[in-house]
Amino acid sequence: MASKNEFFRELLTPPDLSWHLVLRVFHRNLVVFGKTWKANIMFNFVEPVLYLWALGFGLGIYVTRINGLAYIEFLAPALIASSSMFSTTYEMTYDSFARMAYKKTFHGMVATPVSMDDVVTGEILYGTFKGVLYGTVFFAVVAAFGLVKSPWALLVPLPLALMAMSFSILSMIWTSIAPNYDSFGYFFTLFISPMFLFAGVFFPVENLPPGVRVLPWFTPLYHAVEVIRPLVLGQVTRSVLADLAWLAVFVLVTIRFPMVMVKKRLIQ
Amino acid sequence: MIHTAGENVVLARGLIKRFGDFEAVRGINFAVRRGECFGLLGPNGAGKTSVVRMIYGFSPVTSGRLEVFGRDIGSGARKIKARIGVVPQEDNLDPELSVMENLLVYAGYFRLRKDQALRRAAEILDFMELAERSEEVVNNLSGGLRRRLTIGRALVNRPELLILDEPTTGLDPYARHLVWQRLRKLKESGTTMILTTHYLEEASQICDRLIIIHRGEIIEEGTPRDLVDRHVGKDALELGVDPVWRDSLAEGYGDLIKARQTLGDDLVFFSDYGKDLAEKISERALRQGVSIYYRRLRPTNLEDVFLKLTGESLEGGRVNK
Repeated sequence: MASKNEFFRELLTPPDLSWHLVLRVFHRNLVVFGKTWKANIMFNFVEPVLYLWALGFGLGIYVTRINGLAYIEFLAPALIASSSMFSTTYEMTYDSFARMAYKKTFHGMVATPVSMDDVVTGEILYGTFKGVLYGTVFFAVVAAFGLVKSPWALLVPLPLALMAMSFSILSMIWTSIAPNYDSFGYFFTLFISPMFLFAGVFFPVENLPPGVRVLPWFTPLYHAVEVIRPLVLGQVTRSVLADLAWLAVFVLVTIRFPMVMVKKRLIQ
Repeated sequence: MIHTAGENVVLARGLIKRFGDFEAVRGINFAVRRGECFGLLGPNGAGKTSVVRMIYGFSPVTSGRLEVFGRDIGSGARKIKARIGVVPQEDNLDPELSVMENLLVYAGYFRLRKDQALRRAAEILDFMELAERSEEVVNNLSGGLRRRLTIGRALVNRPELLILDEPTTGLDPYARHLVWQRLRKLKESGTTMILTTHYLEEASQICDRLIIIHRGEIIEEGTPRDLVDRHVGKDALELGVDPVWRDSLAEGYGDLIKARQTLGDDLVFFSDYGKDLAEKISERALRQGVSIYYRRLRPTNLEDVFLKLTGESLEGGRVNK
């Protein structure tokens, strides 16, 4: 009981942050990324391209029109969001876990003036960066296929950043309590894959049965798709502001959790 | 710069560390003076790592006082950590990066500018004899080289206090001696050091003063030579004799035997006059018809002190009393 109260008190305490050092943590991951990106790019980038081909050009021939769009026009903008989601989530689960539990990178950093809050914030920033990077590269592919219809699309990095940050936070929370690598399978099967399948990437959420139709609203991916699709297609309405606000509030409400939880795990 | 009375770099009073119900450090007092190498000696699990982790601000103090550079560690961790170098028990280098990149990235955590970092890294590579390896990726380095890099990395901020947690565990003898050599050089240049170890040789080679920790408490402290003189004298006489003779063989030598201990099947006598004692015991054994099937006279060391104080060997095993 006492430790539960302590946990909530911690959540409400302002983090111990030095932005200069947060950026050093971010920079460290960026330097390592410079060495390993060639090996990782298949995973995060080629896969969504395959989806675009298989579903957009293959399956899409059999789908007449969705909301007045060819299937590939409907699908492509949403794949920008989902590819960003996957790259962030892989980074902040498997890779963060390796740094935290096996390479002891976090331990090494906090033996210097860097605080644990700096470390976790730097990690979240890096996860966000990766999501925006992979999402943007995929956006370039979508553009190359001639599927970008409007200059509004240049704003895509904004919803991508908010969404990727949301997934950085969620993944980091799971990582902070994960006993081993195997447990990440649950995270993907229970949360990430269902979002990918049902949060409006492949078909409009209105087609879900009435009982569960409301569920996508609670996911960051749904709101990101709801912003990115109109931006790419040039069908922007005021409702995108509500989706952006949802993402921003989600980040603000959850960001302290991974900091407190990682500290609780590592510092005894 | 803040100095405390008597130039104590670290001051611990009634220091306690608890993990749940388990008390790992039980109210210990010690002070580390500027410029000395201070050893924490004890078997695995004695509480050494818990103590040093509190000193470098990783692990919060449960209760008691802990000052580093005259500042309470709980309130000034960032400023204190800027003046400390830490060599952890487990290597936590960036395995994907080169030797040089490891140093530069770490220098960033201490807010060194790029040009300062480059200059400092070059000095460290020279000092740790790693200059030829600077472009090599850490993943490809041997354990000994990684250790040298870990120590070098801890020097990047020119620490006033260097904390080494089991710095040579797992190294071969050659690599170990190289590390000791470097540490002695650092000491000569005035770096204060705190070293935890369960290698007696390491403690006697490098430490000016040490405390022996056993189950979270300090059971003895002093210089290595002091402790040996006080508790076990100059010589150890190891004898292999049948257990039934052990007591009668030891009787009546008065001060000649400073202490005795059973170590496995052997009986060990500690004495300042080992040669004398050995002769006398041989005579008596001959008279009484006791057969001694093993006999060895050797200089005493810290291990003997530890053995005498705790009845346990430093590897953690209990020996017969």
